Amino acid sequence: MDFRPFTISVQVAFLATCVTFLLGLAAANFVYKMKRGKGVIDTIFTLPMILPPTVAGFFLLLTFGRNGFIGRLLEPFGVSVVFSLSGAVIASIFVSFPLMYRTARGAFEQIDPNIIHAAETLGFSKFKIFWLIKVPMAKAGILAGTVLAFARALGEFGATIMLAGNIPGRTQTMSIAVFSAVSAGNRDVAYMWVAILSMMSFVMIMLMNRWGAGDKKSG
Amino acid sequence: MLYIDIEKSFPDFKLAAQFEGENEVVALLGASGCGKSLTLKCIAGIEQPDRGRIVINNEVVFDSEKRVNIPPQKRNVGYLFQNYALFPTMTVWNNIACVIKKPKNQRREIVDEILQKFQLEDVKNLRPRQISGGQQQRAALARILVLEPKILLLDEPFSALDTHLKWHMEQEIASVLAEFHGTTVFVSHNRDEVYRLSNQIAIMSNGKIESTGAKQAVFDSPKTLAAALMTGCKNISKAEKIDDFHVKAIDWGVALKTGHRVPDNVKYVGVRAHHLKLASGAGDDVNVFSCRIHKIIDEPFERIFIVSFNGQNTLQLELPKDICGEIDSHELALFVPPDKIMCLE
Repeated sequence: MDFRPFTISVQVAFLATCVTFLLGLAAANFVYKMKRGKGVIDTIFTLPMILPPTVAGFFLLLTFGRNGFIGRLLEPFGVSVVFSLSGAVIASIFVSFPLMYRTARGAFEQIDPNIIHAAETLGFSKFKIFWLIKVPMAKAGILAGTVLAFARALGEFGATIMLAGNIPGRTQTMSIAVFSAVSAGNRDVAYMWVAILSMMSFVMIMLMNRWGAGDKKSG
Repeated sequence: MLYIDIEKSFPDFKLAAQFEGENEVVALLGASGCGKSLTLKCIAGIEQPDRGRIVINNEVVFDSEKRVNIPPQKRNVGYLFQNYALFPTMTVWNNIACVIKKPKNQRREIVDEILQKFQLEDVKNLRPRQISGGQQQRAALARILVLEPKILLLDEPFSALDTHLKWHMEQEIASVLAEFHGTTVFVSHNRDEVYRLSNQIAIMSNGKIESTGAKQAVFDSPKTLAAALMTGCKNISKAEKIDDFHVKAIDWGVALKTGHRVPDNVKYVGVRAHHLKLASGAGDDVNVFSCRIHKIIDEPFERIFIVSFNGQNTLQLELPKDICGEIDSHELALFVPPDKIMCLE
């Protein structure tokens, strides 16, 4: 029995979530503070959520491929994203980003603007306002967004297979392993991965709900 | 000291505020939505005016021509928000401690001292939502005063409090203001609070400062319609000048003799409900009118009569209960004292 898809999936989802967390928070804060052009930027940031994963994967392939805009920049360093673990991470970041961004922005928008104004008149820098006021106040939303992003990254299939392929032991994640097993007629393996993935998803939703509810009581 | 002369335009609203204050309490009195809070936000630097100049203690903090716009962080303005704006994720202690930029041991001393002053020691480890409205307001005041602000901005400080707390907190704020040596701008729509707490009054209406003046002068002889309404004048009629000492009250359908000279630009006349009297019946028939009583409202210590001269437009008069006995329930003879008639623009 090959357990490498589990390790690869968790590794990819973890790395992707770390990046998505920071990118999503930064994007949420940026759009929250925007005065003009909010709609356009918001649409662009949300697009990966709506795009068919294969289309997202195709865009990523165009960007990170050998002739792509970023692919060409990376080539002199001998770095190739296509058919590699980093490709799987990038694909997961791309599709999980909107979940983090939207949930965090929603949480920021719930904050009474006068609290931010008060912090400004009390001499708080933008940095201090973000980390001491906004993030703690949006904690429940940020946690929920992180869990959602992790779950999305863990289950990512379409964009990953386009960019990173399906190389057992290197880029084959659990959800890709399900696909491989079913197409090879290997039902038992498919059942196992399906069971594991379903359980993990279940636990994550439970965690998210519990944190959300807990925050309402304490904070 | 505060000097402000600013303009800010929105698609459906225009703010034009100019007034100054010399280490005293300036009240901005106006109906809700008239631009009072926006004016405070401009002083604090939260909103940026389109044009104008703001000077706080001889420091120019905003000047559109010289392109000066000091950020709110550097203005050192003490802004008390209507809902206090305490940080909900922090305890009372942390709410105050986090604004002090000093080493830890000094900070502890300062926080403990101010907590004691505002009687908040018992709740210092609680979060804002776990304490009462009065305690929240004290915590917000403590957090502001610990930074020794140059000016204080109070935005409707009592509107979120229960009636029984209101009076108490008003006394506390009065004593804070007495100790504070800078200028205070106090925003309210309540004429009683304004009268008790301020020295200068600026009447604001539809984004404009209509009139400014010493408290007593604004209450005794308001010059504009908005000033009369905001200081609580209940009886107002459209008016036309007849001659220097006579004015026609159009809505009431009567001509009134006035004690003061009628200005040429008079548009309205007003007379306060408690200035109206019953005619004594002893010969003097100037400004005496027979009125129909529409309604009588019983208050604890006086009676309010809703009456009309002849038409639909009613007047309100307040009379002490002890002289109400003589009045029958349909008619009364009303005397409008000439020197109490206010001519308004």
